[in-house]
Amino acid sequence: MPQCSRDYALLGRDARLAEEIGLVSARWYHTDVPRKEMKALMQRHDGPAIRDTAILFAAMIASAAGGIAFWPGWASVPFWAVYGVLYASAMDSRWHECGHGTAFRTRWMNDALYQLACFCMMRNPVLWRWSHTRHHTDTIIVGHDPEIIAMRPAVVARLVLNLFGIFEFAGNARAMLSLAAGRMSEEDRSFVPESERPAAYRIARIWLAIYAGVAAIALATGSVLPFMLVGLPVFYGSWHMVLTGYMQHLGLAENVLDHRLNSRTVLINPVSRFIYWNMNYHVEHHMFPMVPYHRLKDLHERIRHDLPPAHPSMLSAYREILPALARQFSDPDWFVKRALPPTAKPYRPEFHGDLEPGQPTPGIGGYAAPPPGAALPAE
Amino acid sequence: MPWIKACAASEIDEEDLVRFDHAGRSFAVYHSPDGEFFCTDGLCTHEDVHLADGLVIDYVIECPKHNGQFDYRTGEAMRAPVCKDLGTYPVKVENGDVLIEVPA
Ligand code: FES
Repeated sequence: MPQCSRDYALLGRDARLAEEIGLVSARWYHTDVPRKEMKALMQRHDGPAIRDTAILFAAMIASAAGGIAFWPGWASVPFWAVYGVLYASAMDSRWHECGHGTAFRTRWMNDALYQLACFCMMRNPVLWRWSHTRHHTDTIIVGHDPEIIAMRPAVVARLVLNLFGIFEFAGNARAMLSLAAGRMSEEDRSFVPESERPAAYRIARIWLAIYAGVAAIALATGSVLPFMLVGLPVFYGSWHMVLTGYMQHLGLAENVLDHRLNSRTVLINPVSRFIYWNMNYHVEHHMFPMVPYHRLKDLHERIRHDLPPAHPSMLSAYREILPALARQFSDPDWFVKRALPPTAKPYRPEFHGDLEPGQPTPGIGGYAAPPPGAALPAE
Repeated sequence: MPWIKACAASEIDEEDLVRFDHAGRSFAVYHSPDGEFFCTDGLCTHEDVHLADGLVIDYVIECPKHNGQFDYRTGEAMRAPVCKDLGTYPVKVENGDVLIEVPA
């Protein structure tokens, strides 16, 4: 089995190579949409997000109340199952949308829900705002995108353990502790400007104090119940976020400048769409990140003629993803290149659209070559 | 600095903007909700993205890429990831034309 010779480190060899061939902070392909229509699609409203947030909070309160009422009996399990998904999966999409600042028209509402969602997900609001900014600048560019979930080849144990929030929790807890101590890793410093760092430290300290308070209540009452409400949901409720999140980019191209090649749109059931706040329209979201979640379906209708056909279900998406991940064990350059409809503008070489499955990235070429840390190949 | 015609006032909807390129530089010309006109640099200070594809809400221009926000009257950067202010330029309207005073 070939070793992974890609270097996903943010300051690594492939980060430099990508920069040299113009993949960094580059111009991306966009479907043409007249300004008037795009302006209408971008319009901000408070109504949909207020409605959805009220439903979310009501469902969280009701499920938590049920969990507490039946605690510690088995009858509490279904309530925790619901609460966990709302806390650790629905809050992921709220983190995401409010981080973009597009959920509400009123800015403080975006910011307030963003802070709350960050706390639930244990994602430092400063760190994660900047990492997601980079994800949008350099989507799935090896060495630049800090949010690549599956390397090539994938670390299967990691993908499975993620379903229980293990890796995300470990990374976030580590970050919280070191930020609370006033330290930021070199990788994180590569995308968080200096002026923003004190806020990251301050929030980490506040959170640490909150968790200490929860621990104190748990000790005083001799029960883990407080942690069932705060903290533990990331372990028992992340699975929905992970299952939907894996559909976004897994098995698709790396190092391209056309979201049609590296992102996936999947049609999913209305309950999952509520939890995921429509991020299943992922090509659309990446191409036009200013379109709010509640207009993504309309955007999809407007530009679908130019996109690969959406997967009709999660099952269909995983039927594409799993074989691709399996094949990348023997051929790390393999990816799924989805066919475009005849109405679409073809993939264009200037957006690295000539990248073919099984072939190395044009211009980078040498993934089979030296391991991470080795000197750059002479040009 | 000379006054240059950027566009006709009627070409910009209220609460919107247009891109205007001149002498190798890009500018953004705004029509505010109360009918005033303003001009800033056309590219975001975070990355080289044209603000003309963004969204104007009241007196704020939101960058289309990462929703960095600026007050287009003063150029002030208001929301991460933008940390650096935009340059602003004088504007006047004469005979239905929007004129901006920018480096030649
Ligand atoms: S390019 Fe404007 S906010 Fe990032």
